[in-house]
Amino acid sequence: MKPAPFAYQKARSLDEAIALLSEKDAKLLAGGQSLIATLNMRLSSPALLIDINGISGLDAIALKNGSVEIGALARHVQVERSEVVAKQAPLIARAMPHIGHPAIRNRGTLGGSIAFADPAAELPACLLALDGEIEATGPKGKRSIKAQDFFKGLFETALAPQEVLTGVRLPAATKNTRTGFAELARRHGDYAMVGLAASARADGKRLSDVRLAYFGVGNTPARAKKAEAALADGSIDAAVEALDLDPHDDVQATAKVKKHLAGVLLRRVAVQLTEARQ
Amino acid sequence: MRDKSADISLTVNGERVQERVDARKTLVDFLRDDLALTGSHVGCEHGVCGACTVRVNGEIVRGCLMLAVQCDGAKIETIEGLSDSGEVADLQAAFEQRNALQCGFCTPGMLTAAQELLERSKTVPSRDEIREHLSGNYCRCTGYHAIVDAVEAVAQARAGDRK
Repeated sequence: MKPAPFAYQKARSLDEAIALLSEKDAKLLAGGQSLIATLNMRLSSPALLIDINGISGLDAIALKNGSVEIGALARHVQVERSEVVAKQAPLIARAMPHIGHPAIRNRGTLGGSIAFADPAAELPACLLALDGEIEATGPKGKRSIKAQDFFKGLFETALAPQEVLTGVRLPAATKNTRTGFAELARRHGDYAMVGLAASARADGKRLSDVRLAYFGVGNTPARAKKAEAALADGSIDAAVEALDLDPHDDVQATAKVKKHLAGVLLRRVAVQLTEARQ
Repeated sequence: MRDKSADISLTVNGERVQERVDARKTLVDFLRDDLALTGSHVGCEHGVCGACTVRVNGEIVRGCLMLAVQCDGAKIETIEGLSDSGEVADLQAAFEQRNALQCGFCTPGMLTAAQELLERSKTVPSRDEIREHLSGNYCRCTGYHAIVDAVEAVAQARAGDRK
């Protein structure tokens, strides 16, 4: 199908984009890899598209005061090849190859993927697993939102109508940081049937601060807190047994299958979490 | 009322193009309908099948997930350009030799995606890497095996030429 008619305006600055967002039925266009698909299928029909691709300074990736900061307009391919990300945000580096396909990663942006908040997308779960923060900029200035408070519901976030997601901040990895990532998809690069992003801290031979963030199991990425505690206690079997998830049936799999696959992924990721960093 | 169309100026396969386009027109529809470059195919129209793969400023993208109006000032290359310049001649020959196409609908996207992998790889990519790179391109005829064979053969031949 073809999109319904809309007006198009290229924003030259963040201020201009924020101002344009006050217009009726205006939507931001970043990489467009989800938005344009929804336009083509007429699941969305905005009156105005505000193209923010030309705004400079929103695609930087840097290590600052112990945090990795990634600008919203950093394209997936740029994040995938970033040395800062590889060294300081290994979970993101593990996840990147699973996001879409090369042609999608060349165009799609980190900020777009997070703001779209697809429940089966990789990056929202990574942010939750890392206890990351989202930076939003609106008419009143900037604010930070914790990942756990950002994903509100199905495709629903804490962003106010006139706010622009301008970047994310993640704690930089230390030598004790452990990460794990796995997902099951029908085809490499497709949205996951079930996926798991995890982080932990190595404490001698034990793990602490285990954070298991599942995606594809509900309306938002979800932590399995009982399984986290069991894994920190040292038993993978107990963690799988304790998996506190409540997936529902979707076109890809039934809730029962998803629950089973979540356990399979937990076993895989638990092994990754116990491996020392390279 | 805001304008729902815009003037764009871009380069397509080395030629300057100036057109007025509807904002809602996707890049692949612009190439096919306005420029009669019908080598880029329209399949699923939501980024899943890869039949519309074209190059924008040197990188492959989905022609259905980019708007023509966003391509103002861009350099676009389609299968027609890659074919005429001879850039993918060896890939095309290998596809033919190994029966890596039957109906041909996916072939322009497949060639364009494969060329990006071969261009970027410093060593001969493994079959797994080839499969992964082409994972965004559906083929409903071949079962992919012959396509991977063809891409692998060209990768090896090009590596041999570099020595």
